[in-house]
Amino acid sequence: MQSNAVKIHVSHLKKSFKELEVLEDVSLDVLEGEVVVIIGPSGSGKSTFLRCLNRLEESTGGEIVIDGISITDKSVDINKVRERVGMVFQHFNLFNNMNVLRNLMLAPVDLKKADKAQARERAMAMLERVGLSDKAESYPSQLSGGQKQRVAIARALCMKPDIMLFDEPTSALDPEMVGEVLEVMKELARDGMTMVVVTHEMGFAREVADRVLFMDGGTILEEATPEEIFSHPKNPRTQDFLNKVL
Amino acid sequence: MSRILSTYGGILVAAMGQTLLLALYGLLFACVIGMVVGIMSVLHNRACRAIAAIFVNLIRGVPMIVLAYFIFFGVPYFWNTILQIGGLTLTALQAGTICLALNCGAYMAEIIRAGIESVDVGQMEAARSLGLPYWRSMQRVVLPQAIKTMIPSIINQFIITLKDTSILSVIGFPELVNTAKNVVAATFLSFQTWAVVGLMYLIVILLLQRAAKVLERRLKYAK
Repeated sequence: MQSNAVKIHVSHLKKSFKELEVLEDVSLDVLEGEVVVIIGPSGSGKSTFLRCLNRLEESTGGEIVIDGISITDKSVDINKVRERVGMVFQHFNLFNNMNVLRNLMLAPVDLKKADKAQARERAMAMLERVGLSDKAESYPSQLSGGQKQRVAIARALCMKPDIMLFDEPTSALDPEMVGEVLEVMKELARDGMTMVVVTHEMGFAREVADRVLFMDGGTILEEATPEEIFSHPKNPRTQDFLNKVL
Repeated sequence: MSRILSTYGGILVAAMGQTLLLALYGLLFACVIGMVVGIMSVLHNRACRAIAAIFVNLIRGVPMIVLAYFIFFGVPYFWNTILQIGGLTLTALQAGTICLALNCGAYMAEIIRAGIESVDVGQMEAARSLGLPYWRSMQRVVLPQAIKTMIPSIINQFIITLKDTSILSVIGFPELVNTAKNVVAATFLSFQTWAVVGLMYLIVILLLQRAAKVLERRLKYAK
């Protein structure tokens, strides 16, 4: 870590869908270059929390500051912030009506981040990085799950984000394809990307995370380094959860 | 049969031309109405969704023949006699076009709404997460995928609308059915006349279906 600037600051975040309270009171600071992994049982609010960070879900209370910009302030142009916060989804969400190259070039060209030639060059470089240069002309329907997810990561990287959010990126993959996606993510982490990852891959959490958060019932119950949380979990619910999944 | 064809063939073909003209005008405006109302019904804004729902339910709940009478006779009466503003006259073509546009527009709106909703929400979310604004995401990502699933239903709706022009014979527009009625009145050859008219509709609609198939196939394979 070269510096310890706060990239994501969350204080007392609340989110409810009508009566149902999904996030009760979540506070978190993520530093530049840090990899934070969020684990927890399904329905614990971890995906909702992640989706609040780029306002795909509107929070109902508290504050989120991304790179000094309060995105919970309604007057902020959220599109500008999203340009610098990449997101990778469980179900890939590649644009089915475009080939891989156009998937990668759409946002940079449309948002005038680059002209066509520059965008193409960057797209090809990102495909190279995820090991899929030969798939530039393929359509999403012609790719395997693992390939789709690597393209999705490349697509996010084309916007030159400085934060990446991963929402259970390997949960929809066949087991033999999980490795290739985690490998790309590990490399990103090594290169100093600030990452928040919601996952069930405990191996990844142990190996790559700087910090692991255990969420349950809409709150962060425990927060520690991977060694601590996996070897000496303090909260009984963390212990219970880890006993089931490890 | 030969007497109908030789004496009235030209008139019936011309009337088919009027039918097609009316259908074309109606469909043109119906597409605009359908697009606007269809998109309104998927927006977050509650007022937009409510207006769209009211429009669609209202039109779907009223038989088109009633709508035709209402627009052609009712609306000018209301304007000129009840409100006493005066000066409103609608030609049968104008009233017929409005009627078709409203009727077909409501059904088109439903087709377009269903088409947009058939696209996985993840597509929109992915586009938004990259920083693309809502309308841009709609335009570049969601609508191109939605249109593919809409095409068969839209063509079906076109055909229904073409046939629905016959209902507008009741307001005196000289389309095919209205003209055929006059031919029958003059000749009493009802079997022959209606057989020819039926055949004419059939031919036009089969041609339309054929064109639609070609279009559909092209869209399917276009990458």
